[in-house]
Amino acid sequence: MAAQDVAIKASSDTLFSGSSRASRRNMGQFIRWALLFSGGVLMVMPIVFMLSTSLKFPFEVYNLNLIPEEPTIENYTYVLEDGRFYHWFWNSLIVATLTTISAVFFDALVGYALCKFRFPGRYLIFIAILSTLMIPTEMLVIPWYLMSKSFGWLDTYWGIMFPGIMTAFGTFLMKQFFETVPDDFLEAARIDGLNEFQIWWQVAMPLVRPALAALAIFVFLGNWTAFIWPLIVTNSADMYTLPVGLSSFGDEVDVAWELIMTGAAISTLPTLVVFLVFQRFIIRGVVMAGLKG
Amino acid sequence: MRRASGFARAPRHLEVWQRNGAMRFYHNLTISQKQIVWAWAFLALPVLFYVVIRFYPTANAFVLSFQEWNLLGARSFAGFDNYVRLYNDPVFWKVFRNTFMYLILGTPISLVLSFVIAYHLDKVRFMHGTIRALYFLPFMTSAVAMAWVWRWFYQPVPIGVFNNFLASFGFSQIQFLSSTTNALPSVLAPAIWAGLGFQVIIFMAGLRAIPQSYYEAARIDGVSSWTVLWEITIPLLKPTIVFLVVFSSIGFLRIFDQVYNMTTNNPGGPLNSTKPLVLLIYDTAFNGFNMGYAAAQTVVLFTILLIVSLIQLRILRDR
Repeated sequence: MAAQDVAIKASSDTLFSGSSRASRRNMGQFIRWALLFSGGVLMVMPIVFMLSTSLKFPFEVYNLNLIPEEPTIENYTYVLEDGRFYHWFWNSLIVATLTTISAVFFDALVGYALCKFRFPGRYLIFIAILSTLMIPTEMLVIPWYLMSKSFGWLDTYWGIMFPGIMTAFGTFLMKQFFETVPDDFLEAARIDGLNEFQIWWQVAMPLVRPALAALAIFVFLGNWTAFIWPLIVTNSADMYTLPVGLSSFGDEVDVAWELIMTGAAISTLPTLVVFLVFQRFIIRGVVMAGLKG
Repeated sequence: MRRASGFARAPRHLEVWQRNGAMRFYHNLTISQKQIVWAWAFLALPVLFYVVIRFYPTANAFVLSFQEWNLLGARSFAGFDNYVRLYNDPVFWKVFRNTFMYLILGTPISLVLSFVIAYHLDKVRFMHGTIRALYFLPFMTSAVAMAWVWRWFYQPVPIGVFNNFLASFGFSQIQFLSSTTNALPSVLAPAIWAGLGFQVIIFMAGLRAIPQSYYEAARIDGVSSWTVLWEITIPLLKPTIVFLVVFSSIGFLRIFDQVYNMTTNNPGGPLNSTKPLVLLIYDTAFNGFNMGYAAAQTVVLFTILLIVSLIQLRILRDR
C-alpha cells in the first residue's frame, strides 16, 4: 500500500507535472530512503555476523562471507553438550521470570495504593520510593554483598533476585497509569461488595494491562541481560546466569571465536525472537514506559 | 442459588465476627479509616523492602566510606582517609577522566545520530516499520554477548572483521583494543550502537507529538525546511532532548558490561585507559577487598549522578 503510494506519486510527479523540482524532491526522498535502509542493515550486521559465524566450521571463521559455505550446527551441539549453557540458560530464565512476576505484581500494588487510597504518609512514601531512583545500583552492590554474605544468600537464586523484586521505576509508571482508571469504577465495585484487594485485582488491573505488559518487558529484558550483580553474588559455575557464564566461557576458550559467537547467540537470541514476534507491541511499550516513566 | 446459600451462611459469619476481635474492630471503622487499614495492608511489605534493600544499604555505603575494612578483620573508623586517598590516587583521576570521556563522547554522538535517523525516518513511509525494527534490534541484545562480538570484530588480521575489511581494501591495520588511545572509543562504540534504537524511537514519538499545524503555518509562510528544523522542531523537542540527554548520560557514566567483557584479560586496560568508575569500584571491592575505599568511590559516583539529575530538573523547570 505504502509502496504503491510512493510509486504512483513518483510516476505522476515526473510524468505529468514534468517540473524538475518535483523530480528532484523524489530523488531526494529516494536517497533518504536508501541511506536509512543501508544504515539499518549496517546496524544489524553485528548480529548477522554473530549468527553466521556460530554456524561455521573453524577454518571458515576468518572469511567475511555471511552465508557459510558449509553450514554446521556442530558449534551448538558442542557448546550445549558441555551442559553448562543449559544450566545458565535455565538460571537466567528462572531468575528473570520470577523477578518479572514479582516486580510487576508489587509495582502495580504499590502504584495503585499510592494513587487510589487517601491515608496519612501517602506523599512521604511516594517521595521516598521516587528518591531511590537517584541511587545507582553500583552504590548498593557492596552493602547487598555484605548482607547476602551474612544471611547466606550468596550463590542462591534468591541472592540474585532480591534486589530487583520491586522497582521504583515500575511503581511510578503504574501510578501514572492507575490515574487513568476512573474512581467511579472502583466505587461501583465497592458497592457490589468487593473488598479493596479484589477491586485492585479484578477491576483496576485488567484496565491497565498494556502498561503491565510494557513494564514486564522492561523488567524481563533488564534481568535477562543483568551482569554486575549476578557476577558478584554467584561463585559457583552452576549458579551463573547467561551473561556471567558467557563472560567466563569467553575467557576460557580464548580464541575459538566460533564457540564464543555460539554462546553469544544462545544468550541473546531469545530476546531477539521475542522482539521479532511482538515488534509493534514492544516498540509501543518502550515509548509508553520511556515517556511516562 | 449462590445468593440463597449466602444468606444461609450469614448467621455463622456473624458469629465469627463477634468472636473475632480484629474483624469486629475492622467493621466498626469509618470508610476513610478502612482505607488507611487497606493502604497499609498493601504497602507493608513494599515499605519493608524499600527500607531494608534500598535505604539501609545506601546509609551503609555512606558509613562504610568513612571506615577501613578488608572484609575479614574488624571495621575501624577512618574519618576522611578514604576520600583523601582517593584524591591522591592517580589511578582514580585517570578513571575519573575516562568516565567523563565516555559521557562526553557517548552522549552527543548517540544523540545527534539518533536525531538525524529519527528526523529522516519520520518522513519515510516505504518499509517504515522494517527500517525502524532494524535500528531497534540492537537494543534487545545482551550487552555482554554483543561485547564479545565487537571484541572479535576488533581483533587484528586475520581474525578481526574490521581489520580484514581494511586489509582487503589495502589500508593499514588499526590497533583497536590494544592501543591506549583507540581502546576507549572502541569500547564505547557497542554501547552507543546498542542504545541508538531506543533513542530513535523516543525521538520519533517526540516528533509525532508536534502539532502538524505548526508545519503548515511555516509552509504557508514559505520558510525553508532548515529554518523549520531549528525554529520549530528542535525547540519543541526540548523535553524529549533533555530526557534523552540525562538518560543516556547516566547510562554512559555507569558503563561496565562492555568494558569488563572486552578487556577480560586485563580489565580496564591497556594501562587503565578504558577503566570507568564502576569497574574501579568492582576491582577495589571484589578483587582488592578494600570495602571502605570502594564505598568512598561509590559515593563519588552517586554524587556525579545526582548532579546530572539535578541539572535536568533545573532545565526542565526553566521551560
